[in-house]
Amino acid sequence: MLRRRINLLFGGDEKRVDSRTIYVGHRPCPATEAFIPPKFCDNRIVSSKYTIWNFLPKNLFEQFRRIANFYFLIIFLVQVIVDTPTSPVTSGLPLFFVITVTAIKQGYEDWLRHKADYEVNKYPVIVLEDGRSIRKESEKIKVGDIVEVVEDETFPCDLILLQSTRDDDTCFVTTASLDGESNHKTHYTVPDTEKDLQSLNATIECEQPQPDLYKFVGRMHIYKTDQEPAVRSLGPENLLLKGATLKNTKKIYGVAVYTGMETKMALNYQGKSQKRSAVEKSINAFLLVYLCILISKAVVCTTLKYVWQSQDGQDEPWYNEKTQKEKDTYVYLKMFTDFLSFMVLFNFIIPVSMYVTVEMQKFLGSFFITWDKDFFDPEIQEGALVNTSDLNEELGQVEYVFTDKTGTLTQNNMEYIECCIDGFQYRNSDSMSELDGFCVTDGPVSKLQQKAGRDKEELFLRALCLCHTVQVKEAGPDEIDSDQVDGLVSELSQPDEQRGFIASSPDEVALVKGAMKHGFTFLGLENKSMKIRNRENNVELYDLLHVLNFDPVRRRMSVIVRSKSGETLLFCKGADSSIFPRVRQEEVDRIRMHVERNATEGYRTLCVAYKQLSPEEFAVADAGLRDARLALQDREEKLMAVYNQVETSMSLIGATAVEDRLQEEAAETMEALQGAGMKVWVLTGDKMETAKSTCYACRLFQRGTELLELTVRTLEDGGRKREERLHELLLDYHKKAVQDAPPVKAGVTRSWSTANQEYGFIIDGATLSLVMNPSPDTNSSRYKSLFLQICQNCTAVLCCRMAPLQKAQIVKMVKNSKGSPITLSIGDGANDVSMILEAHVGIGIKGKEGRQAVRNSDYAIPKLKHLKKLLLAHGHLYYVRIAHLVQYFFYKNLCFILPQFLYQFFCGYSQQPLYDAAYLTMYNICFTSMPILAFSLLEQHIAIEYLLDNATLYREIAKNAMLKWGPFLYWTVLGIFQGLLFFFGVKYLFSNPALQDNGQVFGNWSYGTIVFTVLVFTVTLKLALDTRHWTWINHFVIWGSLAFYVFFSFFWGGIIWPFLKQQRLYFVFANMLSSVSAWLVIILLILLSLLPDILLMVFRKPRGPHARQMKRRLPSSGTSTIFMLSQTTSTHSFSWSD
Amino acid sequence: MASSYSAKEEDGQRAGAPGPAGNANSGKKPDNTAFKQQRLPAWQPILTAGTVLPAFFIIGLIFIPIGIGLFVTSNNIKEFEIDYTGTDSWSPCYNCAQNYSWNSSTPCRCTLPFTLEQPFESNVFMYYGLSNFYQNHRRYVKSRDDSQLNGDLSSLKYPSKECEPYRLNENKPIAPCGAIANSMFNDTLELYYIDPNGTQTLIPLMKKGIAWWTDKHVKFRNPGGSNANLTAVFQVSTKPVNWRNPVYELDSDPENNGFINEDFIVWMRTAALPTFRKLYRIIQKKNNMTPTLPRGNYTLEVVYNYPVNSFEGRKRMILSTISWMGGKNPFLGIAYITVGSVCFFLGVVLLFIHHKYGNRNNSSDIPN
Repeated sequence: MLRRRINLLFGGDEKRVDSRTIYVGHRPCPATEAFIPPKFCDNRIVSSKYTIWNFLPKNLFEQFRRIANFYFLIIFLVQVIVDTPTSPVTSGLPLFFVITVTAIKQGYEDWLRHKADYEVNKYPVIVLEDGRSIRKESEKIKVGDIVEVVEDETFPCDLILLQSTRDDDTCFVTTASLDGESNHKTHYTVPDTEKDLQSLNATIECEQPQPDLYKFVGRMHIYKTDQEPAVRSLGPENLLLKGATLKNTKKIYGVAVYTGMETKMALNYQGKSQKRSAVEKSINAFLLVYLCILISKAVVCTTLKYVWQSQDGQDEPWYNEKTQKEKDTYVYLKMFTDFLSFMVLFNFIIPVSMYVTVEMQKFLGSFFITWDKDFFDPEIQEGALVNTSDLNEELGQVEYVFTDKTGTLTQNNMEYIECCIDGFQYRNSDSMSELDGFCVTDGPVSKLQQKAGRDKEELFLRALCLCHTVQVKEAGPDEIDSDQVDGLVSELSQPDEQRGFIASSPDEVALVKGAMKHGFTFLGLENKSMKIRNRENNVELYDLLHVLNFDPVRRRMSVIVRSKSGETLLFCKGADSSIFPRVRQEEVDRIRMHVERNATEGYRTLCVAYKQLSPEEFAVADAGLRDARLALQDREEKLMAVYNQVETSMSLIGATAVEDRLQEEAAETMEALQGAGMKVWVLTGDKMETAKSTCYACRLFQRGTELLELTVRTLEDGGRKREERLHELLLDYHKKAVQDAPPVKAGVTRSWSTANQEYGFIIDGATLSLVMNPSPDTNSSRYKSLFLQICQNCTAVLCCRMAPLQKAQIVKMVKNSKGSPITLSIGDGANDVSMILEAHVGIGIKGKEGRQAVRNSDYAIPKLKHLKKLLLAHGHLYYVRIAHLVQYFFYKNLCFILPQFLYQFFCGYSQQPLYDAAYLTMYNICFTSMPILAFSLLEQHIAIEYLLDNATLYREIAKNAMLKWGPFLYWTVLGIFQGLLFFFGVKYLFSNPALQDNGQVFGNWSYGTIVFTVLVFTVTLKLALDTRHWTWINHFVIWGSLAFYVFFSFFWGGIIWPFLKQQRLYFVFANMLSSVSAWLVIILLILLSLLPDILLMVFRKPRGPHARQMKRRLPSSGTSTIFMLSQTTSTHSFSWSD
Repeated sequence: MASSYSAKEEDGQRAGAPGPAGNANSGKKPDNTAFKQQRLPAWQPILTAGTVLPAFFIIGLIFIPIGIGLFVTSNNIKEFEIDYTGTDSWSPCYNCAQNYSWNSSTPCRCTLPFTLEQPFESNVFMYYGLSNFYQNHRRYVKSRDDSQLNGDLSSLKYPSKECEPYRLNENKPIAPCGAIANSMFNDTLELYYIDPNGTQTLIPLMKKGIAWWTDKHVKFRNPGGSNANLTAVFQVSTKPVNWRNPVYELDSDPENNGFINEDFIVWMRTAALPTFRKLYRIIQKKNNMTPTLPRGNYTLEVVYNYPVNSFEGRKRMILSTISWMGGKNPFLGIAYITVGSVCFFLGVVLLFIHHKYGNRNNSSDIPN
């Protein structure tokens, strides 16, 4: 032991050690010769990114790392350095604006973080030093300090619990701020530590900080002066995490093990990887096209310039001599600067303002989700939550929906339905009246004639009462009737039954409640002994020896208790698949039937088994468990091994059925999603039968759906090797679903006609891992693609018995499949986090399984039913809006810059701008920015109700339809057409520049102003034509910007501007308006530019939504038949939603 | 960390909200305003064939008459153009064009006879036209100092850098500086009417009213106020290199001298295209009885000062009457007629299509 420690200490010289040693209270312990105070970081939390000094450089650096910003910076610098046609202000001002706004926003956010950090760091804490309590600031806590925390305070760092004021050496904690689970969790003091912390002499060895909140292994050595050092194992139950809050406990003492940035909370605090939407990728692609256009324009102009100049007398006619500097410039350098000048002149084609507008649209647009009162859930008093606004439009592009079952499709609101003891069914009557008094005398109400023996009954009920980790909530006076705690089902109104139960899993509460209905009440855990009240109202006491915790791999949990009579009993409950192999087979058959029937009815079933441990057996088990718990390394694996060893050869006593009701409108939502062309995959950890029945209830599988099953059961049918059978089945299904299926028409993935056979696919976790990781010797690398192809041709896929990681694996597989479809994951629990993070869009449900899903999601909604509106209405609209925004921005800048480009051919390629600098600068900022922003926030080309009623509309925008190259080409051609029209229309007008009735002539600035006026009006009116939803804001903004343009032009030309070098536009606009010809040409050109659009609209409209509505009518949910498997008596979850 | 605080609120909020929905804690409930719920009352125009068709006909019916009006007006405008560049050997100005030198003290004169086939009624506007002259070249366009032209004395002494290389001459500031001013058009054009009996009558040309009013009165100002002695004021400066006379000797009329000389102002308004015309003089109509320019023979006397051969330019003299739409330009009329006809035609086609195929669809609307 000692040697190992020394080794560890020596190992400490190396950079990385896999454990750290902490001296409790900084007292050197007798065992070590030299007390070397180890160096750990202090308890200061730094979540801020900047300090005052590095803010400016660091922030600027980060901002200019974005390609767009960098591009604009380069343009700006070129303008500053090279003699360019437009002043640096034209591009510098918008860039400065963007950079400043972003910097202010980020600075403000960082200031908030600073403030929060300061608050945390300066929080006063009490530290025990040399027997005295000293108040310190939180940031001064060092590793090894003994910290005192009182009730309702948060822990200032990660502590090992040493002492609690509660008698049973526990304390209660809520980790709401860490993982959102607001239930009280019990943590235990390190056993057998001295009461006098002052004289405690101990060291703690524990692993290096790691972010997993639920993992901790450590060991505490307690040195007593006259004894061997005692060793105690430390687990997560001894560790109090920073950020958690102490509840129901007056005061605790703990020793700091991880501080500051090394706490688990800090390690978990990291930005999620940024998800990029498909629209953003399209923007980048278009940007590239425009960059090419820009460069080719500049190249063309530069080339032509030098060709043109090579003619006699054109380069430098007598009236227009070059300056000395120009003459001296080396010709190739001149060419290069000319090229740059053209780039600058045309750079407006890629506008800074588009990025600003897109950002603003996303940011402001996301408010509509939070504001939507349809997303407000009165139960939890919360609406939707938007964690990122970058993905709004992605909601309109979803092709695959991966949904969790428990808590997402179902309510995770467990209700005990029935149990089966020794093969006999005990069903509670549905009516409450019969339940009121429980049948103390006759035993459980038995609907069936037969009953199990009384002993068996009581054993079973005791098992239910004992085998759990439920706590009794000690109701304070103010909490008597509050039910807010997770998993609390309080249907009982007797004062006696007002106790609440707290558990991490609602199933357990349901079972305890179920036992209560049958007469066995769990009274609580005191001093490691569980108190239950049996039917005769006697209190029985059981010593709780061990809890073999539940984990999703084992899928069962056990307790070892010792009754007063001295028997040592092991009670185990768990999923049928994990219990059946561990009990005697003859018992299984009697119960299996019930279990399977219950499962097909959509109930969650658990099997209960027990085992009597002989003293020898117990001794072995006890030793094994203690050893495993003390293990520093691979503790999990070791514990698992012991668990598996202990939980064998039990005898099955019964099974329970708990109903998990469907979420409100789950079926309607799923139907709508499928109608919208999305493929719904259910990924659940639950067993196949339960999940399948949920799928039927949700109408994911319909009556006619042919189920293709690929589970362990089907694989083991033929008695051959699994791989062979898998191979065979895959090929078979592939033939069925892929090859024989009629070719799917483009755009229609699922028709409502019955002509096509629909397929549903079921796979379980074990088979999936066979498919995903085939053994290398088989020629089965094709499995994955076969599997994927089958799945893609099925309307719904059910993956059951999934581990969280497998969920993410599936999402990843689909995400990376051909065509890279947009995926959405929706879930409510911690086990869904991986798939929520993996999918393009992650949706969290503010459900009962804590808040982890919500925290890691991109959007969080209170209920599953909200998904329908989120996707069909919000997603659709956001997509249409942003797609239009992007296309419009490119279009309007193309027809803005094209005349300027064409003008070069008539001004000797001299980079003379067509428009005045003010117009160049203001075009994107003022004249045309507001209407499109308003449009992109308010447009509803189809009313929301209509979108909700007609899910098929969603398919119209599938696959990024509005940002494909086709529409892009249309917009580009439109922009080119209009640009040509503007320029040449005005050019023909200027073939005689005497346009006023007094014979006076117009100059080049009038030319530019006419073109610009036509441009602004056309571009704005084009948007007006596209607007299908004219609110007063649209009216205000569209007519307002036109009015503003006119007003501005008058104003800009109405004054001799004192600080301007040239008064180019002085009265140009007013003079233009005094010319009838100018008016006429403006009107003509505007109308002509809009004509193609108007025409197209007329031709396109008949194919609009009305026509569609006639062709295909969705079966309304009212008329569609609901098909349930063997549904007879049980209440139907979705029946009340009507 | 910031996240923890919001979570704490949430915890407290949950504890305090066991009551019935909405009443106890309605603060968190989203406002039920039309804006936030995206239910603002909105006008939802539906462009169907039914609504657009009349528009096409209306556009057609409006545009075609306007176009015809414009076309007729444009055709009624009388315009006469004569090229006097003198590139061809038979041209009277051939000698002047060939033997041009900047320093010649005696101006070269040439005379071009021409005939007006039709009488020019009302005011006749006389333009000079230049071709292949890039007044819109960037280097050229910016080569001016508007504050100097606005009468700013400091700019008179220190012209803007933009005027390079026409900023300083022998260390004296040039007024007006810059390439535009330096290259001011300085041919003198005179018109003589040749009576049928052979006598030549000089037609009086008015040189006022050819520049924009605002330019003449606001944008361009002589330094030192309107009554100052221009000669004295401009002493600090020197004349542009290519000018024969300094700026204060442009005209004898003090109202048309210096920077506010209208010929100068007209020149300073740079043309949009390399082929352009600028207003030179106005021939005012005498009375209603006789046309301003009766049909007959005329001669154009040119004092040939302005060289264009070096850049293959052309010089023209244009006589034109003016209508409400400006000078002669058939483009607008033709364009209006074309667009009007196209709209009308489209209207007919659409009506046909609509009639044949569209009946089924015009009844359904997007429900609001």
